[in-house]
Amino acid sequence: MIRQLTGSERQLAAIMLGLVAVVGVAMAAAGRNDTMGVHGLIVMLFAGALMYPLFSAIGAPEPTEDREASYYDDPIKVGIVLSMIWAVFGMFMGVWVAAQLAWPGLAFDGAWSTFGRLRPTHTSGVIFGFGGNALIATAFHVVQRTSRARLAGQISPWFVLFGYNLFCVLAVSGYLMGVTQSKEYAEAEWYADLWLVVVWVTFFVLYLRTIARRKEPHIYVANWYFMAFIVVVAILHIVNNLALPISWGSAKSYTVWPGVQDAMVQWWYGHNAVAFFLTAGFLGMLYYYLPVRAQRPIFSYRLSILSFWGITFFYMWAGSHHLHYTALPHWVQTLGMTFSVMLLVPSWASAGNALLTLNGAWHRVRDDATLRFMTAAAIFYGLSTFEGSFLAIRPVNALSHYTDWTVGHVHAGALGWVALITFGSLYTLVPSLWKRERMYSATLVEVHFWLAIAGTLIYVFAMWNSGVIQGLMWRTYTGDGALAYSFVDSLVAMYPYYIARTIGGLLFLIGAIIGCYNMWMTVRAVPETVSRQGDLPVAATVPGE
Amino acid sequence: MALNERDPVTGRETTGHIWNGIKELDTPVPRGVLMFLVVTHIWAIGWWFLVPAWPLGSTYTKGLLGVDQRTTVEERVAEARRERASWTAKIETEPYEAVLADPELMETVRQTGNQLFGDNCAACHGRDGRGSAGYPNLTDDDWLWGGTPELIEETVRLGINSTHSGSRIGQMLAFGRDGILDRNQVTNVAAYVYSLSHADYSTDKTAEQIAAGREVFAANCAACHGDDAKGNQDLGAPNLTDDVWVYGGDMQSIVSTIHGGRQGHMPTWDERLTDGEIRTLSLYVHDLGTVQP
Repeated sequence: MIRQLTGSERQLAAIMLGLVAVVGVAMAAAGRNDTMGVHGLIVMLFAGALMYPLFSAIGAPEPTEDREASYYDDPIKVGIVLSMIWAVFGMFMGVWVAAQLAWPGLAFDGAWSTFGRLRPTHTSGVIFGFGGNALIATAFHVVQRTSRARLAGQISPWFVLFGYNLFCVLAVSGYLMGVTQSKEYAEAEWYADLWLVVVWVTFFVLYLRTIARRKEPHIYVANWYFMAFIVVVAILHIVNNLALPISWGSAKSYTVWPGVQDAMVQWWYGHNAVAFFLTAGFLGMLYYYLPVRAQRPIFSYRLSILSFWGITFFYMWAGSHHLHYTALPHWVQTLGMTFSVMLLVPSWASAGNALLTLNGAWHRVRDDATLRFMTAAAIFYGLSTFEGSFLAIRPVNALSHYTDWTVGHVHAGALGWVALITFGSLYTLVPSLWKRERMYSATLVEVHFWLAIAGTLIYVFAMWNSGVIQGLMWRTYTGDGALAYSFVDSLVAMYPYYIARTIGGLLFLIGAIIGCYNMWMTVRAVPETVSRQGDLPVAATVPGE
Repeated sequence: MALNERDPVTGRETTGHIWNGIKELDTPVPRGVLMFLVVTHIWAIGWWFLVPAWPLGSTYTKGLLGVDQRTTVEERVAEARRERASWTAKIETEPYEAVLADPELMETVRQTGNQLFGDNCAACHGRDGRGSAGYPNLTDDDWLWGGTPELIEETVRLGINSTHSGSRIGQMLAFGRDGILDRNQVTNVAAYVYSLSHADYSTDKTAEQIAAGREVFAANCAACHGDDAKGNQDLGAPNLTDDVWVYGGDMQSIVSTIHGGRQGHMPTWDERLTDGEIRTLSLYVHDLGTVQP
């Protein structure tokens, strides 16, 4: 890690870590009577933990002149490791909260372990911890390979990766202490949000500068999606998190958005987090690793253009479908609904483009579980975008809203699409990055695939059933025109589905743990290959670049 | 562009772009995709004409159908209220005896009350109304504050030790902890109370203790629970002779009740439920206690 940095870069890194530690001290002092003080300590520890590898190698030999002649892969490797650690953590939390719904005693009478606090550790753990690290790692990989250029920075990739993980740690540890903005998927408080702005803008600049160095005349589709992901997430994050802290020493803040406008901003954020974090970013992954693994050209460049602009344009309007039949004006709901339906075509165009790319490679899909991960991901992507447009239609939403159907829909996307495309991409990336000829065990990849598919299907079918039953129970009237069921009756009816959902999640978690083991053993036990000569940037041949 | 490579599987030309080995075919957008795109757009535009859709400064396009979710929900609520009026009016206005005497109306009370009870009462009294430790069983026709619909209504409206200004107030003193009774007196009176519902507990061995307990009871407990220990519904003092217990009827529980006192809480529902709902619930709970299988 450190050997790739020159002496002055190492000094700069040390100064930056020192500054972060000073910020931690300031937070600990200003927030000494508040949970923010604990976060100050965590920031100090985080900076201290990173100083250890830095100072233990501060005197190591400097990199040679031809550093630019190779891709910058160290941050990608660390990003993959962090991603898999977060995957296991986040999915474990998911299984725990799922089990709590069936067996409430599993909160063990702790405040920190109540459902309300653990649930965001699950969502942030898997979306931002697992998904975010995987996106950063693959974005760094894809942009270098498709631009044939090394990343345009030596320290900034590390700053982005570790800075982002510091945000995740502050977010998740805060939830356990009860620190929250109470905005779904944006629970982290103001100082963590400010920090993420700095990190994200650095990410944006780094990505743009690397694209600017590209040695290919065109910018590949995957990069369009990664760029959309980075730009729009920055906008969403800033606008939704505009808030005033009650004091500089307090973790509590109030949003600047009043009333229904707050709800609208929140769901404009929430839906576009799905669109640009969980869709655009992962489509970037799909557009690189699927054709590489299938060894097939992309089915249609024109379809790529249509779906990219369709997705980026239409998604922006769709957020209000989360607020059907609320205080939000009717006309805003109409726009959200109609744009959600129009969004279906570009979404399906992406899924279709991916699946049609596999024409001529279906024998590989049959034989290669890694490619099958990505194929199944594209299918789940198609299914959940259809379901999303369907649920956005107001009368359908009248039945599904507030029920487990929503939860099932989200997990069809999160498990079936996001996690499967990530595992497929990582199984492609890990051997290539560590220059191993293959994964440690193809059988374990196969086992992981079937565990993930079984887990997803059990989960999604359980939630479809339970959601539809809930929705119907809540709107069933007796002959006298009175409600037939109380809310608690619908809870009793959910019990078997909550157990099934826990089992589905558990299978998915076991698969992820097997994946961790397989990746670990690939790096540890599979011999290095020397046949990666071609994997070099073009910059290698341009001195002074 | 004629020099672009042709893909042997599909027969399509590539675009000529190559990124680290990835190529793209120049396949036109399939006609089905374009048609689907047109269909969803026509549907959306049509919808915009029919219902409120686009903002216009301080107003918005109202749509040809003239619908609005606010008026829709008001109409639906009014309609539902009209449909229910046939029986809600009777429950709200007729005396309880009249409703109880009307089997058809009572069937409606059982259905509606079941939902109201589930949403408002079940959290403490249990979905089936059988209560649990500290929360009275409502199905056994054994009442702390009275079991007629009128008295139940009063309990529901006022609550017990609640925030309502006219709340029912009931408290049992902490006889042991506050030093009113010494340790011996507590165990003696506990033995006496226990023997009231367990005739076989009175033996030669316990007779002396029970007799001592009876004296303690007369001096300290009878004011609320009555000389005969059959309780007093005006004070919410339970009958101690029937082996029905709110806080447990084993000797240990009785001792700790006498030692530490008891004070139950039930919230006031006066402002939270409508008159009709409170009357329905009062009938429902009364009915729970009387139609036991």
